[in-house]
Amino acid sequence: MSVWSQDFFHNALLAGTFIALASGLVGYFLVLRAQVFTGDALSHVAFTGAMAALAAGWDLRLGLFVGCVGAGLLLAGIGRRGRADDVVIGSAFAWVLGLGSFFLTLYTTSRSAAVGNAGTSVLFGSIFGLSGGQTLVAVLIAAGITAAVLLIARPLLFATLDEAVAAARGVPVKLLGLGFLALVGACAGEATQAVGSLLLLGLLAAPAGAALRLTHRPYAGMALSAGLAVVEMWIGLALSATVTSLPPSFSIMAAATAVYAVAWAVSGRTRRSGATLAG
Amino acid sequence: MQVIFSWNLVADFQQMWSFPFMVNAFRAGAVVALVAGAIGWFMVLRRQSFAGHTLGVVAFPGASFATLVGISTGLGYFGFCLAAALVIALLRREGRDAGAEESAATGVVQTFLLACGFLFIALYKGLLSGPEAILFGSFLGITSGQVLLLALVGAAVLAVLAWIGRPLLFASVDPQVAAARGVPVRALSIVFLLLLGAATAEAAQITGSLLVFALLVLPAATAQVLTARPGLSLLLTLLLGFAATWAGLVAAWYWPYPLGFFVTSFAFGGYLLAHALTQVRARLAVRTGSGGGTGGRGDTATGTVTAPGTVTANGTVTATSARRAVA
Repeated sequence: MSVWSQDFFHNALLAGTFIALASGLVGYFLVLRAQVFTGDALSHVAFTGAMAALAAGWDLRLGLFVGCVGAGLLLAGIGRRGRADDVVIGSAFAWVLGLGSFFLTLYTTSRSAAVGNAGTSVLFGSIFGLSGGQTLVAVLIAAGITAAVLLIARPLLFATLDEAVAAARGVPVKLLGLGFLALVGACAGEATQAVGSLLLLGLLAAPAGAALRLTHRPYAGMALSAGLAVVEMWIGLALSATVTSLPPSFSIMAAATAVYAVAWAVSGRTRRSGATLAG
Repeated sequence: MQVIFSWNLVADFQQMWSFPFMVNAFRAGAVVALVAGAIGWFMVLRRQSFAGHTLGVVAFPGASFATLVGISTGLGYFGFCLAAALVIALLRREGRDAGAEESAATGVVQTFLLACGFLFIALYKGLLSGPEAILFGSFLGITSGQVLLLALVGAAVLAVLAWIGRPLLFASVDPQVAAARGVPVRALSIVFLLLLGAATAEAAQITGSLLVFALLVLPAATAQVLTARPGLSLLLTLLLGFAATWAGLVAAWYWPYPLGFFVTSFAFGGYLLAHALTQVRARLAVRTGSGGGTGGRGDTATGTVTAPGTVTANGTVTATSARRAVA
């Protein structure tokens, strides 16, 4: 019986598609607003949140979502106009990492060694280990995030591209910044289950970075980013199903990196030829 | 073994230093704190924390690759960190709208290498203490040879940094004017990223690849909140990093929690205190008119942040003598 017809593969495909869709959309704005570092910080908060929840004996996902959304709101609240400074993020996030190692020790010393794998699975994800119920929850949350991003896409785009003018026209810039980072937090908590907290950033940054290099039209870019994320997820899952020694998180990231590299090369060449024509 | 912290610091240090591996841990901690502090100061000034964090986590695939193919771990750390620094430096584009694309490129490099690290660990079927050990580090079992290597690499990094320090400061504070005055801004940024790579590779072996970042960013951020004068804040960075590392080592010896947790908590506590102090001082300055005495602010700040003051005074002497002994 091949991997393709197994239940766990169908679950992974379904959850992965929706998670990639949400990450691609959220990531596009994240890259456009130059807030990738915030995404990086949130992905590590995910690890600390999950470890704290496990150490306290709660459900892992509760820690993920509360930690990520809370940290997103906090980072947005600290910064001016809903954007935090590079150094402030870095400082807070260095401490969060230390806290994560503390909870990891607390958890592994208080529980038996049999569950010691939970740390690795939070760090690197376990998309092939999702149950039917978990898949349903993942799909619903990802669909909710996608809908919310599409709902605020227009004002958020305005606030991102020209903050001063948007604020003058009465767009609630600060509120949008807060709401957006809360969405990034939710997306981080969601995607951690698929690719793990360490690799989550790739799902946010790579498709969006590639889309931004390929087109400058915002709505086309959004669609392209989401589409690329979904395709990369499919390629990654298919690759891992065929070559079983490759972990799915690695295959997904490898596909994402390959697409980004191609986009980088293509955009570099068109820009250079454009420059020669213009000159 | 049950050891109890008495408030008699001299006796405590005598007890800790009766174990050779603890002496090595303190020496290594001092070297790492000084090198990471100096590099981190420029990193914070240049707002390159994201690149610094990326290089920090890249140490993880380096270590797991070295384990997989059976070469020395140190070689893996340095190879991967320097290669990643070079890639990030080359992907960097000068000019407008570089910010968004650069951070996306850095993020892609980071996650791809992390994924590679995960692959190496998955392929390595043998006995491995688990990725957590590489990620969060361990200060037990550092040999004298490793301390010597750390000190040599640290000295080399600091020497290069001292050599390019002045033009780098100029290029960091005002790149346009520096470029107009003929300072090779792009070459400097590549050399700086390579130095950052070497420093993180070095520090990652002690603090683990995730927490190098704390030693790079926190002392420098704290010092730059407290004072705007370059020389003073650089000195303050070194002191703060050193105090946080040694206090962390003492705490990790007496309480059964990881070193990284203590170091980051002390350093972050200092950062918050520094912010609180500047806030208080700004209020006072508003109330009493301007001119609140900058020197006094700096002094109180160092006094409160480096709480075990005797440790610092004691430690600076021993660290220099230790390095002299090593060299």
